[in-house]
Amino acid sequence: MKKANVYVTLRESVIDPQGTAAINVLHAKGHDNVKDVRIGKYIELTIEDTGQDLDTAVREMCEKLFVNTNVEDYRYEVLEVEEA
Amino acid sequence: MKFAVIQFPGSSCDLDLYHAVKDVLGEEAEYVHHHETDLSAYDAILLPGGASYGDAVRAGALARTTPVMDAVIRAAEAGKPVLGVGNGFQVLTEAGLLPGAFLKNRDQKFICRTVKVQVVNNRTMFTSEYTEGEELDIPVAHGEGNFYCDEETYGQLKENNQIVFVYADGNPNGSVGDIAGLVSEKGNVLGMMPHPERAAESILGSEDGLNVFKSIVKEWRESHANQA
Repeated sequence: MKKANVYVTLRESVIDPQGTAAINVLHAKGHDNVKDVRIGKYIELTIEDTGQDLDTAVREMCEKLFVNTNVEDYRYEVLEVEEA
Repeated sequence: MKFAVIQFPGSSCDLDLYHAVKDVLGEEAEYVHHHETDLSAYDAILLPGGASYGDAVRAGALARTTPVMDAVIRAAEAGKPVLGVGNGFQVLTEAGLLPGAFLKNRDQKFICRTVKVQVVNNRTMFTSEYTEGEELDIPVAHGEGNFYCDEETYGQLKENNQIVFVYADGNPNGSVGDIAGLVSEKGNVLGMMPHPERAAESILGSEDGLNVFKSIVKEWRESHANQA
């Protein structure tokens, strides 16, 4: 089995409403040294290893479903996992 | 004139849209399940509000993958009027029928109240019954109505007169350029966050939304009279 961990965040050019709300709270709590907060999504895909090109498959899953590339960026890593 | 009201799992404004065109305007309307693949029997397509698929992944992202959306795209390409309200607008951007995308509301809250909406462009098949600059009372009800597009896209939207409605009395959600509704470049696809079907009868507190549906019907009648 393989596991693909996908990280989705809003693009740098897009104001993150959740991050903005969070940083205001952090500053109010005295964490003045926090300069930016970006809140995103983390997706774990467990994929049967059939020898196919996982990079192509994961990219397609991201761009057709998990990520709206108008406003979001993503990165991912593919890991081997032990058979249960 | 025959309207299709698309139903996704979780749609909740489908009955209101159906009521507005069928009972208030007296036109034909049918509910169409999201597994349908053929919309050729209909003259106009309505995509309702309400959190389709519970807004999982992103608002509209899963509804966009249903079989009926291929038929909606074909209907749009054929020039039929396609109107998406609320979540329907989000589905239209996810499907690429309208530019941009939606973010969470600026203030993080779900907003459900009547807002002032100004008609910026009344030369569309959805707004010809309004006057330019007219201000309308129409409710919004959304958590992700914060329309976003990059500056280049915003410039194109303005240049092509694609911005049809803007928020007139304060921007409730942070949307770029106060945008509340916009049409496709060809003009036959409209997405709007305010819910005209919730302002279609005086008993609802406002009739200001009804002219959206009246405009669609009038434009369709006129174009078909010319063809006859």
